[in-house]
Amino acid sequence: MNRKKLQKLTDSLTKNCKHFSKFEVKCLINLFYNLVGEVTERQGVIIGLDRNAFRNILHGTFGMTDDMIMDRDCFEVFDLNGDSFISKEEMFHMLKNSLLKQPSEEDPDEGIKDLVEITLKKMDHDHDGKLSFADYEQAVREETLLLEAFGPCLPDPKSQKEFEAQVFKDPNEFNEV
Amino acid sequence: MGVALTRSAQWSAAGHGAKTLEVTPLNEAIVKEIIMFVESFIYKYPQEANYVFVEPLEWKTNLDPSAFGSGYAVSGTTVKSEEVDKNGEPLLYLSVPQIKIRSFGQLSRMLYIAKNMKLKEAQACIEDYEFSNGCRAPPWRQIKGEICYVLVKPHDAETLCVTCSKEGVFLNGGKTDDEGQINYERKGEIYKDLVTLLKEKSAIFSENMSKQEIKFSEQPQKDQPNEAPKEEVAITHKTSITSRKSTQEKNRINLGRSQLTKRLEPSLNWRTSVSSKESRNTLRDTQGEKHGGKLEKSRSSLSPGRAQLIRKSVEKIEEIISDSSSESEEDEEQPDHRQEANADLPSEYWQIQKLVKYLKGGNQTATVIALCSMKDFNLAQETCQLAIRDVGGLEVLINLLETDEVKCKIGSLKILKEISHNPQIRRNIVDLGGLPVMVNILDSPHKSLKCLAAETIANVAKFRRARRVVRRHGGITKLVALLDCRKHSAEPAQSSLYETRDVEVARCGALALWSCSKSYANKEAIRKAGGIPLLARLLKTSHENMLIPVVGTLQECASEENYRAAIKAERIIENLVKNLNSENEQLQEHCAMAIYQCAEDEETRDLVRLHGGLKPLASLLNNTDNKERLAAATGAIWKCSISKENVTKFREYKAIETLVGLLTDQPEEVLVNVVGALGECCQEHENRVIIRRCGGIQPLVNLLVGINQALLVNVTKAVGACAMEPESMMIIDRLDGVRLLWSLLKNPHPDVKASAAWALCPCIQNAKDAGEMVRSFVGGLELVVNLLKSDNKEVLASVCAVITNIAKDQENLAVITDHGVVPLLSKLANTNNDKLRRHLAETISRCCMWGRNRVAFGEHKAVAPLVRYLKSNDTNVHRATAQALYQLSEDADNCITMHENGAVKLLLDMVGSPDEELQEAAAGCISNIRRLALAIEKARYS
Repeated sequence: MNRKKLQKLTDSLTKNCKHFSKFEVKCLINLFYNLVGEVTERQGVIIGLDRNAFRNILHGTFGMTDDMIMDRDCFEVFDLNGDSFISKEEMFHMLKNSLLKQPSEEDPDEGIKDLVEITLKKMDHDHDGKLSFADYEQAVREETLLLEAFGPCLPDPKSQKEFEAQVFKDPNEFNEV
Repeated sequence: MGVALTRSAQWSAAGHGAKTLEVTPLNEAIVKEIIMFVESFIYKYPQEANYVFVEPLEWKTNLDPSAFGSGYAVSGTTVKSEEVDKNGEPLLYLSVPQIKIRSFGQLSRMLYIAKNMKLKEAQACIEDYEFSNGCRAPPWRQIKGEICYVLVKPHDAETLCVTCSKEGVFLNGGKTDDEGQINYERKGEIYKDLVTLLKEKSAIFSENMSKQEIKFSEQPQKDQPNEAPKEEVAITHKTSITSRKSTQEKNRINLGRSQLTKRLEPSLNWRTSVSSKESRNTLRDTQGEKHGGKLEKSRSSLSPGRAQLIRKSVEKIEEIISDSSSESEEDEEQPDHRQEANADLPSEYWQIQKLVKYLKGGNQTATVIALCSMKDFNLAQETCQLAIRDVGGLEVLINLLETDEVKCKIGSLKILKEISHNPQIRRNIVDLGGLPVMVNILDSPHKSLKCLAAETIANVAKFRRARRVVRRHGGITKLVALLDCRKHSAEPAQSSLYETRDVEVARCGALALWSCSKSYANKEAIRKAGGIPLLARLLKTSHENMLIPVVGTLQECASEENYRAAIKAERIIENLVKNLNSENEQLQEHCAMAIYQCAEDEETRDLVRLHGGLKPLASLLNNTDNKERLAAATGAIWKCSISKENVTKFREYKAIETLVGLLTDQPEEVLVNVVGALGECCQEHENRVIIRRCGGIQPLVNLLVGINQALLVNVTKAVGACAMEPESMMIIDRLDGVRLLWSLLKNPHPDVKASAAWALCPCIQNAKDAGEMVRSFVGGLELVVNLLKSDNKEVLASVCAVITNIAKDQENLAVITDHGVVPLLSKLANTNNDKLRRHLAETISRCCMWGRNRVAFGEHKAVAPLVRYLKSNDTNVHRATAQALYQLSEDADNCITMHENGAVKLLLDMVGSPDEELQEAAAGCISNIRRLALAIEKARYS
């Protein structure tokens, strides 16, 4: 890949993406090409990572092991039966081990049911008794903590930090060290 | 007997019902004396013993009817004496347990019958003494509705003699000197009950009444009554409860007010905080006690609370020393009003309780859901804030901060950040050890966590103890580190998400530092951690939300000399000036405040002008709605106008006229600064004319009657400066301003006294008939002379200056001589203070002009110390001293003293001084000494 093309790509990506600075975009492009390896570019062929390679990276870099999680969105992860809704039952299923069982309580599931109600109250914006993707998205936009509302499914923050530190390392700074 | 009882008997404190005599040796002796008197009465004065009382003595007896023998008719539970009055009524009548006796004879017999129970009976008789209608006032006063009289000696006031009447309670004329009679005349208002009256008369009483647990025996109210009132005690009990509440309410209001005024910073440096501190202490006690009687839940917080109180008192000294003037305990002492046990709990309370249960017993997923749900409550509402605390939520939230779960920490901090706006919650968080945990989070690699922790610390560190905890756990260093966002870019549009987050971290750090910077030790810690250059760098941004905490921190810290130097060195003034032009009023206010603090320094004042800061400051005067900003702006103008070049600029901008317009209808915080600024401007003739022309003298003179000490110091200075213009002086005189200044010499505060005295000097100089004017103040001259007994150097110097001016009038000089001005001045002669030396020497030289004062100064040993003044480094002292010595050298003995003390050589040097007055005086003095020596020589040879 020639320098000119790289420059152009960096510029266009920086323009379209508000989250990353030019330097950071450059780092990400570098990373991408490092991962893909030296592939000669040909007309009409989109270069990229195949599923296996991506899975390996997720596993290696972010320490994620659950196969099911890896290729899906958080919402899809939580939508156990794949009907595009997270139902009360699914929630109950996912939350059932989230509370310490208190021997004093008559119905051990009481707390879980209540928790499901609380969650629905918070996230079910259209009040249909189940969570659509729209509900989910809105709730997460309001409170990012709810992204993994029903259990962990993303790289843990520690791995994220390490990744960022690795990728966005300032080459100048590195040289100084 | 009555007198003995009145004066000496030791009554027990008010119990229920009647007062009782305490069992003390003194009381026993008194009662025994009474018994002896009564017992022997029948033998000693047999005639009088038969005299029948108008009203019977009546009490509850323990005597058994069977004890009565011959001379009495006993039937069952009643006894009648056979001795009767002329109507046939028995003189002793006992109907168990009530006994009525109507003559001394029967009293004697009764005591004889009582045998070993004499003491008890006598005591019961004395204690139960009251008229049958329950009143204790003499019958002729009962007609007027009076019930009884009480003497009350409060801790902080004179003994009060109080009449309790049917209409209410009032002060009477007190006990007259003879025989403990009472002057029944009403002297003052009628209060509804004794408590109200006492609260009005005694501050300590009212303070104590506001305490939660009043033990009656501990009250400052010590009755030494003729008789003690049954009714009153009952009333006191009843009202104490309501009055206690209202006092607390009042205190709260006061606190609220002091918080309000707190933000008006510029003048606070002089505010005496004694009174507010006192009221705080009261409240603190109240809280301490309140903890005790709380719901079970809150009891756990009792012991740490107490421990803190103790710790606090130990560390107090350190903090008092180390805290700067801007320190305030704004919220620490707010009353802790927890939910009453029986009050109706709002529904939120139960919902929050349930969520806290899930927080405790859930895994990360459940915890996050519970946290998010809790966040949806209105956390700005006190009900929710206190509910979270009262169900033990604070403990759980703080515990979550110690876990490794980032999400839980974030969720917990998001809640803590909101509820810590509540002063009580802040205290609770500190009590539960929340601050060290948050300080640790500042090290976290997660920027959002850092931000939340810093923001929460910013809220919590609003009181001194919290600020200290932050510092002791290394929080200041960590917060300063947050300010360091390396890739900080000036243009927000181009920065990436990461960089934006860095800026946000720095902003939160600044926010927390702002709160922390109110303690002196923290200011030092910030400086040592290298905070100033970082703050200076952040000051270059254009984000208002960043600038406000940064400037806020700088403004707090600028109270310290170290900072002011650093602020100058880091070129911060430039940016402060730039931000004066901001649209944001709060930012303008803090910039002006910072300039106000820094402009003590001359170079800084010049910098403000050079960077064009005077014009925006002057234009800030035009908006008078925002009083905080107005106070800051006028403060900055005041300090800047200490430099003449700045005053010239302000005159150009017509700021002087605007300032005169601000002399009325402004809060004291603003007035202090406005008058201070005018006082500086007045040092120039041109400005004095402006002030007179736009009618500034009248409002200035009007302010002379205030009580704000800082304001009075500035007003007297300004009025004094105005008096330098004869034309202005006429106005001041017409407005009776000189009399007002003169009466300020009686102000308790030395700064005010001195400032008033300095102001009087130009007044006397420029008044038309000054001598007559001064004489017209009755007792004025004596007052001034007596101020020479002050131990404040500034007061002494200023009073000397006043006396110098007064003494220009021969008649007045004669009067002050009679008041003993010479010995008083002579006493002051041994001083090293050059200012005092100068003015003292001037006064002495002026006072020499009357009678034999020259000789008198010599006799009072003022001459030798004056000679030593010539060794001072101050030419002003030299000139004044040489002149004084010249005057004194007219007396031969003084010449000898001067000669002995080596004056000649010193004076010879001064003859060569470029100062002509000094030359002349020195030469004159030498000539007098020389002439005396020649005369002596001549006498010897002739």
